[in-house]
Amino acid sequence: MTRVVHYVNQFFAGLGGEDQAGIAPSLKEGAVGPGRRLAQLLGDDAEIVATVYCGDDYAASVEGAAAQILALVMSYEPDVLIAGPAFGSGRYGLACARLGAAADAAGLPVVVAMHEDNPGLDEAGTIPVVASGATSREMRASLDRLGAAARKVIAGDALTSDDGRIGRAARATTVAETTAAERAVDLVLTRLAGDRDATEIPLPRFDRVMPAQPIEDPATATVALVTEGAVVPNGNPDGLESARATRWLRYPIDEVASLASGDYVSVHGGFSTSWANEDPCRILPLDVARELEQEGAIGKLHAAYLVTAGNGTSVANARRFGIEWAAELRKAGVQAAVLTST
Amino acid sequence: MERAGIPTALLCNLVSLAEKVGAPRIVPTRGIPYPAGDPSLSHDDEKEWRRALVKRALHAVSTPVTSPTIFPVEQEASA
Repeated sequence: MTRVVHYVNQFFAGLGGEDQAGIAPSLKEGAVGPGRRLAQLLGDDAEIVATVYCGDDYAASVEGAAAQILALVMSYEPDVLIAGPAFGSGRYGLACARLGAAADAAGLPVVVAMHEDNPGLDEAGTIPVVASGATSREMRASLDRLGAAARKVIAGDALTSDDGRIGRAARATTVAETTAAERAVDLVLTRLAGDRDATEIPLPRFDRVMPAQPIEDPATATVALVTEGAVVPNGNPDGLESARATRWLRYPIDEVASLASGDYVSVHGGFSTSWANEDPCRILPLDVARELEQEGAIGKLHAAYLVTAGNGTSVANARRFGIEWAAELRKAGVQAAVLTST
Repeated sequence: MERAGIPTALLCNLVSLAEKVGAPRIVPTRGIPYPAGDPSLSHDDEKEWRRALVKRALHAVSTPVTSPTIFPVEQEASA
């Protein structure tokens, strides 16, 4: 009997919605929620022995969350881990991707499901990910695909795009039968014939965002200042990259009234930082924000600012930063943000 | 961040780009190297401009929007 552990988020585990997004990893015996149908799809030779779950905010923003979740998974001695479907939900997708990558590194076979535009997809690396629908309205079809893919993974077979596989697969070099010039001409002809999606390499697509509800009144709100202008303490003590940033940082501003020249600098490589270094508030407007807070126009300024360098940042990383900033700010009770861009 | 329910005012210079990628609340700035500044002004005037920008940002996050919306600082607005 193949032992399977299933990972889902707090919502699909039946704990609640956004109000439970902060809960720590936990588990229930057997299959839960969508896991029940998944268990049927896996057939009689496999059993979902446990369902591990975690709050989306916790999973996406707490340091070491993936390792904690993996420990719970491993405690049931699984042969295979299945995570998702996460659909388009960014924090859930990120959690599944990180957990999947950790499981893979620990030698545990894994298969994950999420929508192909899920911002978490990039963190999955080369582990098997199959496409799900964009929302849980497509649960049934998504589970069908995930169940079929899981059966193949259990059997030790590789997944291909025929199975709905998305994301990176380990690159294998092959020799094409035709030259690039011939393939390029064929591609142009295919496009002229009406196939607008044909391509050898898919480019990142920008998706539609549903705007958040506005806040009632800034005078009663907690507002965060965030920036991609790479403003950091003088000396760049944490080594923020000037281009192609792979990380972001946070710095406390609780007792700080303004970012003084000389105390802070911009390390952004995409423009001349001389004006910013003369007055870092030209990038992060702390001086006026603090005054507005004192005057009562802003309820409260968040105690830290978040920063990265928006210079040649990959779309995938930028998406990830956005998800992580959102999770951190939500956990801290921040209700709105002012993001300065350079 | 907007998707997670945090209305976010984006202060930026390349407004059409922000619109294209779908940023819902956009406040146009005067230059890439100084999103919250304007070095052509005196120190005091620049600070007034910065105040106007941040106040506009606060207005943007308090306003319902359904698609990329530009919130320029009104020229006649004073800090």
